[in-house]
Amino acid sequence: MINRRTLLGSAAALVAASSLPALAQGEKLKIGFIYVGPVGDGGWTFQHDLARQAVEKEYGDKVETTFIESVPEGADAERALTQLALAGNKMIFATSFGFMDATVNVAKKFPDIKFEHATGYKRSDNLATYDARFYEGRAVIGTIAGRMTKSNKIGYIGSFPIPEVIQGINSAFIHARKVNPNVEMKVVWVYSWFDPAKEADAAAALIAEGVDVFMQHTDSTAPLAKAQEAGVLGFGQASDMASFAPKPRISSIVDNWAPYYIKRVGQALDGTWKSEATWAGIGDGEVVIGEITEAVPAEVKAEAEALKAKIASGEYHPFTGPLKKQDGSDWLADGATATDEELSGLNFYVEGITAPMPK
Amino acid sequence: MIDPIAVFVLLLGAATPILFAALGELVVERAGVLNLGVEGMMIGGALAGFASAHATGSPALGFVAAAIAGAALSMIFAALTQFLLSNQVATGLALTLFGLGLTAMFGKPFEGVKAPSMMAGPFGLNLMIWLGLLAVPAVWWFLMRSRAGLILRAVGENHDAAHGLGYPVRKVRIAAIAFGGAMAGLGGAYISIATVLQWTEGMTAGAGWIALAIVVFAQWNPWGVLAGAWLFGGVTVLQLRLQAAGVAVPVQLLSMAPYLATIIVLVAISARQKFGRSGAGSTPGSLGQPFHALR
Amino acid sequence: MFRLEPRASAPLLWQVATPVMAVIATMITGGLLFAALGFDPVASIRTIFWDPLFGPASGYSRPQLLVKAGPLILIASGLALGFRAGIWNIGAEGQYIIGAICGAAVALAAYPHEAFWIFPAMIVAGAVGGWAWGMIPALLRNWFGASEILVSLMLVYVAQKIAAWMAFGPMKNPEGFNFPGSRNLQQYPAASNPELIANTGLHWGGIAALVALVVTWFVMSRHILGFRIRTAGAAPRAARFAGVRPERLVALCLGLSGALAGLAGLFEVAGPAGQITESFGSGYGFTAIIVAFLGRLHPLGILLAGLLMALTYIGGELAQMMLNLPASTVQVFQGMLLFFLLGFDILTRYRIRRRA
Repeated sequence: MINRRTLLGSAAALVAASSLPALAQGEKLKIGFIYVGPVGDGGWTFQHDLARQAVEKEYGDKVETTFIESVPEGADAERALTQLALAGNKMIFATSFGFMDATVNVAKKFPDIKFEHATGYKRSDNLATYDARFYEGRAVIGTIAGRMTKSNKIGYIGSFPIPEVIQGINSAFIHARKVNPNVEMKVVWVYSWFDPAKEADAAAALIAEGVDVFMQHTDSTAPLAKAQEAGVLGFGQASDMASFAPKPRISSIVDNWAPYYIKRVGQALDGTWKSEATWAGIGDGEVVIGEITEAVPAEVKAEAEALKAKIASGEYHPFTGPLKKQDGSDWLADGATATDEELSGLNFYVEGITAPMPK
Repeated sequence: MIDPIAVFVLLLGAATPILFAALGELVVERAGVLNLGVEGMMIGGALAGFASAHATGSPALGFVAAAIAGAALSMIFAALTQFLLSNQVATGLALTLFGLGLTAMFGKPFEGVKAPSMMAGPFGLNLMIWLGLLAVPAVWWFLMRSRAGLILRAVGENHDAAHGLGYPVRKVRIAAIAFGGAMAGLGGAYISIATVLQWTEGMTAGAGWIALAIVVFAQWNPWGVLAGAWLFGGVTVLQLRLQAAGVAVPVQLLSMAPYLATIIVLVAISARQKFGRSGAGSTPGSLGQPFHALR
Repeated sequence: MFRLEPRASAPLLWQVATPVMAVIATMITGGLLFAALGFDPVASIRTIFWDPLFGPASGYSRPQLLVKAGPLILIASGLALGFRAGIWNIGAEGQYIIGAICGAAVALAAYPHEAFWIFPAMIVAGAVGGWAWGMIPALLRNWFGASEILVSLMLVYVAQKIAAWMAFGPMKNPEGFNFPGSRNLQQYPAASNPELIANTGLHWGGIAALVALVVTWFVMSRHILGFRIRTAGAAPRAARFAGVRPERLVALCLGLSGALAGLAGLFEVAGPAGQITESFGSGYGFTAIIVAFLGRLHPLGILLAGLLMALTYIGGELAQMMLNLPASTVQVFQGMLLFFLLGFDILTRYRIRRRA
């Protein structure tokens, strides 16, 4: 790899030439972010940007943050990351799975910069990964959904059949069934993170199937608008979507990256940062259950909050056996819990879900 | 069991935005102009409509504003292609870029707020769905039965001949482009006001490009546009509906189908034209050609 | 009142002056827009147009211009041939995607075998894939008279769906934790398309783009084919008398531009992009149409236009970083640039005369 060595040399020279000296005492820590969508997407990127703002608020003039939004995955991401590195950012957050290989490449070229990649699985000395245990939150809203449905049909609007989304479907279903043994789960995949018209159609398709409570793993409010029209119930996703409360939005599952970002930036400031894989959930405040509205009876709300507390304290794992796979084969023995490795490659439904897994 | 009537009701809602946009583009193309900026005009309508509906509390005023915004954006295209004789393909692409960018810039204050609820109409379908359905016979009547429509078609079929007959080619085309813009604006606003009830940048997510496909599928006939909007909307609705019912669906392959069908239809009508049996619909003769009167 | 009088040939002065005028007009209008949005107009314009070339980190961004401009130039140089002849391939995006898929298919089939022939075979597959995708509208036009504008556009959507299907199905990386997307070809030496000379941004795609420019320049100005293309575009009836066979020209132009777009896709998937993903087609095929027009369908113009377009992308990122300008400014900018260019273009094609 001759190329890499020369690139390393030249990159270092560039940093020097660009009159951006290394971080000295009392100097600001510059932190860069690249986003896959626009900050105004009201969902995934919006939440990451809120966390960036929280970092600025927490550390005031000790830090300086910048971001590049709507960065396509692939070559453009690598360039955007390098630009951030060359602009003197000493810590860079890459906030989409699709930035993984680009972040790995750029992290190799800039060993002095701390990289953080969301939802990926490749790490190195200066590249950490972080993710949120959304399935913990899904367990809570699944419980609410199981209690609130009158038709015993709950729905799930999936984005892409990737492990994170499949974990959510399984978790929601397991906990809905726990409180309501007659419940059925209907799943619709829209193959997009954000396509309002299609998400609305997906919600309508679920409603036509008899679903009266549904969850979504896509970013727009279109499904909630449909729910409102049809008089069924739903949950906010990624952001709180509070403008649809108290009905149809009866609660929400919010991505809250602020605690993690604040913690990691703090470690970078005091020199204790090191590369690791973080997968935090409700307990760390990374997955937040939004206000459960008055449309939900008090005892259901209490039940959901009790489950939330048990998950938060670590007393209970949402994937605890006995659990079987969709095909009836054994997955987890009584009392056993799923390992993180298993979950991060999850590609099957649990027993009881009748929807086919897309191939 | 899947209730066909329920699916049809879903389809009507899904088809409305693309129906509006495609009917508008149909009239534009019948006048001999190819405007690839439908997506840009739709997103313009989506923002203007949402902002006005939010500010006034009236969805109806929102749609009026959306039509005006769509038409206003289309006038950039009209000025360039009709007066400055620019290439229509490139100008349309630029309009799409421009519309998407401009709305993202100016839409920031409207993020996170909610639109007023839509007015319900007969059979639980909102008034815009009905208006879209009524627009089909209206456009058909205008094109096929009115004198103005005859002139518009003549202009699109052969602008030199139309000019020779004393018809104002440029004025007709500008009017058609404005109508196309207004209709695209309405279609876009349907997404923001009736479907999502919120504004988010890029929310039309390619609907404008589907509208372009529908016009071709329709063989430049308004009833064909209705069929096309139902086919394109229908495939989406049906595959989602089948998924909800627990049927394994090859989503990507299925969503390719309407585009392949469009190519087949296009080939069929072109062949019929070429080999002498002319049919009801046909590619407008002057489509995409700039017109410049020498006299 | 004024009237327009067509020019027999476009004067060189106007050919060169109008793009410059368009850029200046875009800067002025853009500056006013930035000022209206509360940003410093001078700093904004400087960050977008000056800093990527001469700013503090330009040592990195200058080569990146080539990376970004390479595929645009490669595609646009092919499109320009057809556009000159009045043959409208607007489906380059689809040909780009199919070329990438075909090339990647060869690599993935050979994985993890290491052999010298793999990369050349991928190049052939990419070109053939793009060519075949371009030949569909060509044949449908020749056999049935179907509009190549519309067929090639429809085929873009089909290609996008195929890319999604590939990313989720046949080409999914078996070691990718069930995430969509193929193996990363950057990590497969026999199939990768790396930077050839460190820190230049130049990979095989850039070389192909330069070769394409030289070849199309030669064809257009020195070869009988160029004469035929120009005649067919300017005077289709006269061209028939001159012995031009339009069917051949259609097949040639669409096939060739398809092959070049396919090559661009192949070099991109083996190089900077690395893998086939659901969103692999990121709009190069459409942006190349803009580049072709911005460059007035001339090889030298296309070179400059491709670089200018790349500049607005990279400068746009810098402006986000340095000044917090929203990403959408780039789209607005590109839209305006094209509007102005297309508008001013009339000066090259027509003489403006005062009506007597």
